[in-house]
Amino acid sequence: MGLSSLWTYANPKKFIETTDKFLPWVTILAVVCLSTGLIWGFFFTPDDYRQGSTVKIIYIHVPAAMMAVNIWAMMLVTSLVWIVRRHHVSALAARAAAPIGAVMTVIALLTGAIWGQPMWGTWWAWDPRLTSFLILFLFYLGYIALWSAIENDDTAADLTAILCLVGSVFAILSRYAVNFWNQGLHQGASLSLDKEEHVADVFYYPLLVSIAGFVLLFIALVLLRTRTEIRARRMRVLLARERLGG
Amino acid sequence: MIALFIRDMRLAVRAGGGFGLGLAFFLIVTVLVPFGVGPDNALLARIAPGILWIGALLACLLSLDRIFALDYEDGSLDLLATAPLPLEAIVSIKALVHWITTGLPLVLATPLFGLLLNLPVEGYGAMVLSLFLGTPALSVVGTFGAALTVGIKRGGLLLSLLVLPLYVPILIFGAEMARRAAEGLESGAAMLMLAGITCGTIALLPFASAAVLRVNLR
Repeated sequence: MGLSSLWTYANPKKFIETTDKFLPWVTILAVVCLSTGLIWGFFFTPDDYRQGSTVKIIYIHVPAAMMAVNIWAMMLVTSLVWIVRRHHVSALAARAAAPIGAVMTVIALLTGAIWGQPMWGTWWAWDPRLTSFLILFLFYLGYIALWSAIENDDTAADLTAILCLVGSVFAILSRYAVNFWNQGLHQGASLSLDKEEHVADVFYYPLLVSIAGFVLLFIALVLLRTRTEIRARRMRVLLARERLGG
Repeated sequence: MIALFIRDMRLAVRAGGGFGLGLAFFLIVTVLVPFGVGPDNALLARIAPGILWIGALLACLLSLDRIFALDYEDGSLDLLATAPLPLEAIVSIKALVHWITTGLPLVLATPLFGLLLNLPVEGYGAMVLSLFLGTPALSVVGTFGAALTVGIKRGGLLLSLLVLPLYVPILIFGAEMARRAAEGLESGAAMLMLAGITCGTIALLPFASAAVLRVNLR
């Protein structure tokens, strides 16, 4: 096969062949990481001295929130690839990722509300972080709605790609606008690379495992959905051809 | 460009163009709010900037699908796209006409509606200025949304779903500027941000709008 560039995988056939090989592994790894991370986190870590066992929601909340933002970033990259190089797999991957991102946003918001009720004494506050997540969710909704409203696949891919670019700029603007608008109730980052502020190590390691699990789960889901979409398109073409031939 | 501008202005102002509908809608929103929250003057004064901003935003939104829809249906948009004028310029003109027929009347009517909502006297200048600075951005962003949904039948709801999240930063800075001024606080930072967003959208978004319009006319 020799040395091949990343772009060879933009060929749908090649993409399906390659993912055939490692999709099962990614799926198994995702299950293993998720169950390890969550079981370790839920049953084998101590309760926090102030938050009690509610602290354990961190193992779902933080990974989901991270994914919600990063999935949008991934969609931005794949949209750019579609606009610049016009690889269909790229556009399909963006399409496949959007509903997952929306679900992650909802998970982050819901778990946050469940945690916020005992801790802050309220399900919802118009805090900058919470508000920007809600806005992010609206962006996901608009993106998905636009995909499903347009019949022609290529037109839909083009329009949503541009919407994703413009939306990203406005999402970032909204993030800072919201900061300007209201003071925060949400604590600072739970994780950071420079270890300035950090959760305790006891909570940290299971959290890392659980984040890895979420990432793997996302990769598995995106690959699966992209493959499904490629096959659905093939079917459509075959059916159309059959109808014309018969 | 000027010919197109005059043509669009004529179409908008003459019968069936819906000129003034936005203004009437704005008035109705303003009248309905006291029914909803009660006629307490102090409360109204507190929420007046936000209500006026939301009213202006909704009035803008209502007239968005008209920007391209008629031209798309009768085919003149295809002619415009093949004209020597770049599509970016056409889109900008459309946005400008939308602003003059929808945004500008709102800005001019705001002092009157502010009176209805008991807007504090100190807030009038900032309120009008914030709308004056913000409504062009509403028109330009809305033109982008209209260009996105031009080929879709009954795209009105989708248009709102797409455009409203994009309006968030404009609404926040605009309403914040008006609110701070009405409460006698410093409002310069919000004003600069709002003006910055408006300039940025005017400069950049026509390219995006023209790009999606090209896709839709393909």
